[in-house]
Parts: sequence; C-alpha cells; structure tokens
Amino acid sequence: MKNTILALASLILIGTSCKKTDDPMDNKTDMVNTEVSFIFKQKYNDNEVLSSDLASTQYTNAKGNVHTISKLQYLVSNITLHKTDGSEVDLGGYNFVDIDKPLTRFYTPGVAIPEGKYTGISMTFGFDEEDNQDGAYTDLNAASWSWPMMIGGGYHFLKFEGMFVDNSGTMKGFAYHNGTASKMENGTRINEANHFRVRLWDYNGGFEVKEGERLNIDIDMNIEEWFQNPVLWDLNQYHMMLMPNYTAQKMMNKNGKSVFSLGTIAPQL
Amino acid sequence: MKGIKIISLVIAIAGCISSCRREGCTDEMADNFDSKAKVDNGTCEYGSESGTPTPLSLYIPATFGRFLPAPTIPADNPTTVEGVELGKKLFFDKTLSADLTQACASCHLPSQSFDDTNRFSVGIDGIAGTRNAMPIFNHAWNSNKKFFWDGRALGLEEQALEPVTNPIEMHDTWSNVVAKLQADASYPSMFRAAFGTSTVDSLLAAKAIAQYERTLISGNSRFDQYTLRQIALTPSELSGYNLFMSESGADCFHCHGDITNPLWTDNLFHNNGLDASFTDNGLGDVTGNPADNGKFKTPSLRNLAFTAPYMHDGRFQTLDEVIDHYSSGLKASSTVSPLLKNVSAGGVQLSPQEKADLKAFLLTLTDSSFVSGY
Repeated sequence: MKNTILALASLILIGTSCKKTDDPMDNKTDMVNTEVSFIFKQKYNDNEVLSSDLASTQYTNAKGNVHTISKLQYLVSNITLHKTDGSEVDLGGYNFVDIDKPLTRFYTPGVAIPEGKYTGISMTFGFDEEDNQDGAYTDLNAASWSWPMMIGGGYHFLKFEGMFVDNSGTMKGFAYHNGTASKMENGTRINEANHFRVRLWDYNGGFEVKEGERLNIDIDMNIEEWFQNPVLWDLNQYHMMLMPNYTAQKMMNKNGKSVFSLGTIAPQL
Repeated sequence: MKGIKIISLVIAIAGCISSCRREGCTDEMADNFDSKAKVDNGTCEYGSESGTPTPLSLYIPATFGRFLPAPTIPADNPTTVEGVELGKKLFFDKTLSADLTQACASCHLPSQSFDDTNRFSVGIDGIAGTRNAMPIFNHAWNSNKKFFWDGRALGLEEQALEPVTNPIEMHDTWSNVVAKLQADASYPSMFRAAFGTSTVDSLLAAKAIAQYERTLISGNSRFDQYTLRQIALTPSELSGYNLFMSESGADCFHCHGDITNPLWTDNLFHNNGLDASFTDNGLGDVTGNPADNGKFKTPSLRNLAFTAPYMHDGRFQTLDEVIDHYSSGLKASSTVSPLLKNVSAGGVQLSPQEKADLKAFLLTLTDSSFVSGY
C-alpha cells in the first residue's frame, strides 16, 4: 500500500516537473527577480576585523606569533547556490574583496535566483584552471593582482600581509600570498592549480528564496584559520618569498579550506 | 529760451529711458552677448565656438586596451575637444601665477615627461618645495583618484586647483587669476566653447586643465612593443624583467605592475624603507593615521629616463642609486612595507650583474614619443 502511494506521488511529481519543463511560462514563474547579496566579513577569533584595524590591532595566532594585518585581499569566484532537491544555481563571476575598501565586501551577482529552499552555498577560492588566465581581467590587472607567469601565471588568490614579532623580538614583515603552486622537478617546472572549493551548508535548516524578497548571506572569513588548521603555521619559518615556495602554497591550500563559514542569512530590511 | 530747456529735458529723459532699455544680444551663449543689454534685438550671432562641446575620445594605447579597464572620466567633466584646448592653453600660461612668471609647465616640462629636473621645484618667490614634482601621464587610469605624493587631492580636478594658490608655487589667488583670464581677449570665448559660459570660473579652469592632463598618455615604450610582439628584448633586459617579477629576486611587481598592468604602478601608497624616522609623514598627515606615516604614492616606472631625480623628495639622482637603495639601503620602521625583503640586512642584495639587468629592463619602459611634439 505504501509503495503504491509512493509510486503515485512520484508519478504526480514527475508529471508536474515534466509539465514545467514543457511550458516555458511555468519556468518563468520559477525564476523570480530575487536578489541575493553576499556580505564578506573578516573575523579573527570571532572579533570582526575592519579597515580601521589595519596595521594597528595586534593578533596572536595559534603558534603564538604576535602580528598585525596591513593588507587582506582575496578573490572568490563561481558562487553556487544548492537547492534542497540537489540542483544547483551557478552565479558565475568573481568578487575581489579588499578589507580596506568596504564596498568590496558587498557582492550582488545580479542573477535571477529561482525561488525555493536551499541548503547552502559553495564557491571557489581563487580561480579554477579555466578562469585563471593571464591578463584576462582588467580590474585585477590594474590592481597588480597578477601571479608571475614564471611560477604558473594567472592571478593571486590572496594577499595577506602584516608585521610580526620574530623569535628574536624584531618586527618583520610577512606576505602570505596564495596562488598557483610551482616547483622544479628534475629540471622541469611543474605548476599546480591551487584553488579550492569551499562548501558552506546551512545547518539551521537551510534558507528560502522568496519572490520579491532580497536576501543577505554573510560569509565569514575566520582569519586565524590560515595559521592553524590543519597546519600550525609559524611565521618565523614562513613569512617571506612564499609565492615560489611549493610547500607553503600547498599548506595554504590545506588551511584555506576551513577559513570560511556561513554567517547570518536574513532578508534585507 | 525756456522752450529750448524743455526740449533738452525731454531729449535727456528719452535718452535715459533708451539707455535703461538698452538693446542688444542677451543670450549668454551667443558670440556677441551684451551683458548690458536689457532687450534682445535679435542680433545674436552663433559661431562654432558656442555650440555643444565636441566629445573627445582618449587615445588608448594597444597594451592599455588589452589589459586595463576603460579610463576613469568624471561624469561631470567629460573630455571634449574645446575643453582640452582650453586646458592646454591654461597649462602653459604664466598668467596663472601672481607675477606672470610661472605656468604649470614650468615645473612639469613636456621634455621631461612633464616632470622637473630639479630636486625641488622653486616657486615664484624663490622658495623651494619639499617634494619632487611628479610626472604627468596616464592619470586617466588612476582609478583610486588620489593625487599628489600624499594622496591629498581626490581627483585631477581637485589637484589642478592647488598649485595656483600654493604660496611656494604660483602664489596667486583664484579670484585674481579669474579676473586676469576674464579680461583676456581669448579666454572668455574659449570657456564658452568648452563649458557654455564666457564667465571664467576657477572650477571650470581646473576642469579644463584636468581634461588636458587626461590626454597625456604614454604607452609606446619598447616594452609595450615587446608585449605586442613587435620587437624582442635583449637577454639582459629579459633577465632584468624576470628579476623584477621574482618574489625571491627583486620583487618589484607587487607595487609597480607587470606586463598585464602597463601603468607600472598600483597607484597605492607604501613606505619603501627610505627612512627609519620621518621628517615628512606623507599619507599619514592626510589620513591622520600614524600607520600611514612614511607612505607615499607609488610612482610609475614609465619614462624613468626623463624623470630624475627620484623618490618623493628627489634624494636619488640616478637609477643606480635607486636600485642600490632596494638592494642594500632599506631602513626598518614601524610602517615599512611588509613586501620589502631582508630589511634588517638592507634589502635583496643584488649582484652587480643583476643590478645592470634590472636597470636595462627599467629603461625599456621609456617612451620617447611621449616627450616630443608638445
């Protein structure tokens, strides 16, 4: 009896979805002019890091390195919304976040979002191989965001800079820059794509996109994670010339995967 | 006799009425606008100068078109043929100084890539400044819109206003300059052609100068030609470029651009390790943030062959001195750029050959065509 009901329900659902596919007007009703905005927030041990903190506020990482942050810029691309039925809405594009330019923290892709229930989002940190093309993005070029071609080319994914107190008590600069990982192997240069996909699920039951409602989704970067999970990062050892350092680049890739979390999701007021 | 007096009085009254209702062209847009006329008599004449200004598209060098965003042009000051013509005349006109001895071009010489050969430019009163004049080119691509070494001017228009009144530069007042320009035989009609009004105004003058400055575009160096695959570079020049691009080498590209940023500047502000303590706070005095002390705008590396001396205070006479600074002369301070390597050891420690290669590359950014024809 249960099976019969399930079969009937499935047929009804299939019939409904087929009808939607057949009738473009029905599809239209599914695509609403709902805007979803992503708000990128940066935090260090739960305290929000703002432009006013740059080069002034001191932080201590898991290794105990005391440091400041003078620059934090990063790139995310191809944000995708995941529906409860398993389908995806790829918003494409990219957003360049510069903590010193507050407007870059707000990103509205301007793509119509189908209404319905969603379980979470995913995004690429940096560019994937298809998108990471030399000189392809004029705004990033003008921002001097290129990654040297001699170590794989494309673009930086992250510029995280500041000063830290080294083991001798001297203030030193650090430049934690992430991009393509490159190494020499048997006299041959090997360049490895070093982007990664970030998946952020809403464990509070998901969120709903409704017609006529604008939605804000906060994406938090937990900066301290760059230094601790899973690789405990010691700035004394890794603070400079990290771009051509294959090991450092792969370590950044590992740590970066736990850097982001989903923050508040709420309709715009 | 009494009758004659009455007639004279009537004529005088009639004349007065006539002058009170003076006829003429009352349209300010017309060539023969009569500011005293009260009644328009239909005699207004309109020549080519009083029409709508002609939009002017900026020249976009091939490498810029390929790699850079469109120029940043303020919506309230579009580039026009007439505006640029006016701006150019103003830029080269000594009328803008109190004693008629200095023009903008006096310290921004076209032959020097619109820079000064002196360490500090000397104003009309014989007083030297404290910073080296900056060259002028490719400002239309400064999307950050911060000008001067310390970024105190937001936009070219704002920048263009300052030198006229600066007491150690042209040391005039804008009201005085406006009066001089208004009384000039050609300026009122040029303002009318550019902006639709023959009434000279300081803001319009600054707009015109800014329009002209945006047309100063340098994008035809040997490196540009190399980028476009029109020529090859020498092995030394290529080695220099690789050194420039290497984080474990000279690492210049983070602030000074690369093949995909042909501006050769990030248009941002950095402390490049010149001093351990500051006599000039640069950006810090503008923002009031001590974390900005000692930071100055990254200059473009284009046309270094013409822009000596170097740095915000012109302390280095030669490119060799500049390279030596980054190699072994860096000084630590609380705001020194984290991008600078081995600061405690003075810098990246380049070998003589590396220095020569780096210099050879830097000189490929020279655009000789830019400094001719003015």
